[in-house]
Amino acid sequence: MGAALQSRPAACPACAVAPSAERLAEAVAPKEARLFLSLPTIHCAGCISAVERALNATPGVRAARVNLTLKRVAVEADPDVTADGLIRVLDGIGYEAHELDAGVIAATATDKAGRDLLMRIAVSGFAMMNVMLLSVAVWSGATDFTRDMFHWISAMIALPTIAFAAQPFFRNAARVLRHGRLNMDVPISLAILLAAGMSLYETAQHGPHAYFDAALSLTFFLLAGRYLDHRTRAVARSAAEELAALEVPRAIRLRADGTEEIVPIAGIAVGDTVRVKPGARVPVDGVIAEGRSEIDRSLLTGETLPAFAGPGMALSAGEVNLTGPLAVTVTAAGEDSSLHRMADLVAVAESARNRYTSLADRAARIYAPGVHLLALAAFLAWLWISGGDIRLALNIAVAVLIITCPCALGLAVPAVTTAASGRLFKRGMLIKDGTALERLAEVDTVIFDKTGTLTLGMPESTNLGEHARGDLEIALALAEGSGHPLARALAEGARKAGLVPARLSEIREVPGYGVEGQLGGETVRFGRAAWVGAEAGDQTAAWLRVGQNPAVAFTFADRLRPGAEEAIARLRAQGLDVRMVSGDAPAPVADLAARLGIADWTAEALPGDKAALVQALGDRGARVLMVGDGLNDTAALAAAHVSISPATALDAARVASDIVLLGTDLAPLGEAVRTARKAVRRINENFAISAVYNLVAVPVALLGFATPLAAALAMSASSITVSLNALRLR
Amino acid sequence: MEVLAFLIPIALFLGGLGLAAFFWALRSRQFDDPEGDSRRILTDDWDDQPKP
Repeated sequence: MGAALQSRPAACPACAVAPSAERLAEAVAPKEARLFLSLPTIHCAGCISAVERALNATPGVRAARVNLTLKRVAVEADPDVTADGLIRVLDGIGYEAHELDAGVIAATATDKAGRDLLMRIAVSGFAMMNVMLLSVAVWSGATDFTRDMFHWISAMIALPTIAFAAQPFFRNAARVLRHGRLNMDVPISLAILLAAGMSLYETAQHGPHAYFDAALSLTFFLLAGRYLDHRTRAVARSAAEELAALEVPRAIRLRADGTEEIVPIAGIAVGDTVRVKPGARVPVDGVIAEGRSEIDRSLLTGETLPAFAGPGMALSAGEVNLTGPLAVTVTAAGEDSSLHRMADLVAVAESARNRYTSLADRAARIYAPGVHLLALAAFLAWLWISGGDIRLALNIAVAVLIITCPCALGLAVPAVTTAASGRLFKRGMLIKDGTALERLAEVDTVIFDKTGTLTLGMPESTNLGEHARGDLEIALALAEGSGHPLARALAEGARKAGLVPARLSEIREVPGYGVEGQLGGETVRFGRAAWVGAEAGDQTAAWLRVGQNPAVAFTFADRLRPGAEEAIARLRAQGLDVRMVSGDAPAPVADLAARLGIADWTAEALPGDKAALVQALGDRGARVLMVGDGLNDTAALAAAHVSISPATALDAARVASDIVLLGTDLAPLGEAVRTARKAVRRINENFAISAVYNLVAVPVALLGFATPLAAALAMSASSITVSLNALRLR
Repeated sequence: MEVLAFLIPIALFLGGLGLAAFFWALRSRQFDDPEGDSRRILTDDWDDQPKP
């Protein structure tokens, strides 16, 4: 619940939870002239100009520029412009926006590795085209001096290019060889180096065949695959950092003289007193020193009912303070807080999942040794057949290495994942993990958390119609005197029904209990059951008592997340088993399950129960997709085969999940499984395509009939087919 | 065939010019937002006068 309530005031200085250690270190004072906002729903040219126009029209803003690729806007503004104000401006024109930590973003803004790869692609592309032009002349029949001259010019272009552009492959290959292993980069480096070396020798010997163009196109295509791979990962990583930047780790410390100061959480020590304002998240573990309020623990336990909080009560980091200001004496901060310990548990579970081998790795494991053995066999066989002609045998071995072209293999996976994750990103889903798509495709069971995932964690009034008009008007007047979520929900519902508040006097909020006022000499109270003298039921309710009349209950239900029904229907249509598990009481869980048509649900589940359930299903052979947002879900998220969390989830939950839903809408979820399955099908098709090419081309090469022209054709044709097949995904 | 002595250097020079232009574009951050830039041509915000 807290997360949804928090999404608007996310920039408030005190709401900070489970910040990672590095970020604790660099949590500096905010409010530079440069602000970054995340815009999860932006998608078109109209959006860009609407957002930029609105921001530029805001006083104090000097310049605003939207980056649609990263779905964020950078704003240069006067120091007194706050992110909160800008978020409100954008909210006004219908765009969801969240503040991002400028410090974290700035570090990732310059993507050096990506630019470096692009530079190498450009150089190898330039060289490839020029050498190809010269090669065409040779293929079409240039002989003697002309051919040698063209070969020498090609060598002059190709050798420096390879030395520069193919470095990433050489470096990787050297690294794995040092560890005594093989990966795709070893045959690639070997093919490039042998092709270049052999061609140089042939050129010097006035030989007919040189493979400079093949060496260059190999470099070019593989770099392209590498870049696609890098970009997918860079977008996901920078966005993951953005999400981390959503919660700015600060707290308000009370000095001995009672004044307040804002400090990074890292600066908080045990024994300090911190102020937690209404609506803010508790930043540390502690004991309430003074103040009364209500506490929302839904993110930690999944309970929707707020709990009463008074002096002497213990609070855990991550809970949300609802009504009154609190002073909290710190018992554990930062690394020692319960929240952080939970995050450590997640890290352990995570490392278990990293053992998943991706399709690309599995292919490389068969491919790399296979190619080497084949080339070596060709070399030895021809050495024996020709009676010791090393030059001929080596030429054929090089041709085999080039023809078995790992281009298609190198492009097979990244081309598809780029297309698939691009498609999902457009729909507001962010893939954080490289193998997440493949794992998502295998899923057969989906487990949803309730509070904050299927519901927004925002209450909605359910029984306004059952009350007398007079009562409603009194309740409305009282509800408007409070910032409590139930009160706000009631006020909103009643206003929508066209009611006007009754005239009350002396309205005052009693933190932790409710609101009271005077109506014609009678005391009216709206709040907790015990406070107004009523018997509390198991439903979320606030009670109204007018004078000595019996109290009446206003019941509330959690608001359903938009798209939840659609997502569940779609998942079910794909033959998936949909379940729900919640830490909440049975009544609201059963209620929601009935509403969504989920037959299999569990209520009052502790965090351990959730993880155990996921584990048990996994042991029975089911592939579980866990969707959850709370701290009580993190262990289950980490234990599941693949996991998804909404952007409003706690930091720890987002870290534990593979995919993050950026917007509020849950509907893209239904699409995600389908896209993932399609993507894996395309990847397998791509492997099949490159296998077929090899089946045709390898015998030709082994028999010694391969020419540089045949190599160039096979290489380009297979790379292009594979890329086109990947594009079919869109 | 002597013409090759001119044509090949010219071809390489022109190609190199393109490469240099690409480097410049890369360094001046023109590839930071390909998605957005492809849409920006559709807006008519600065059609009448250049952005100041």
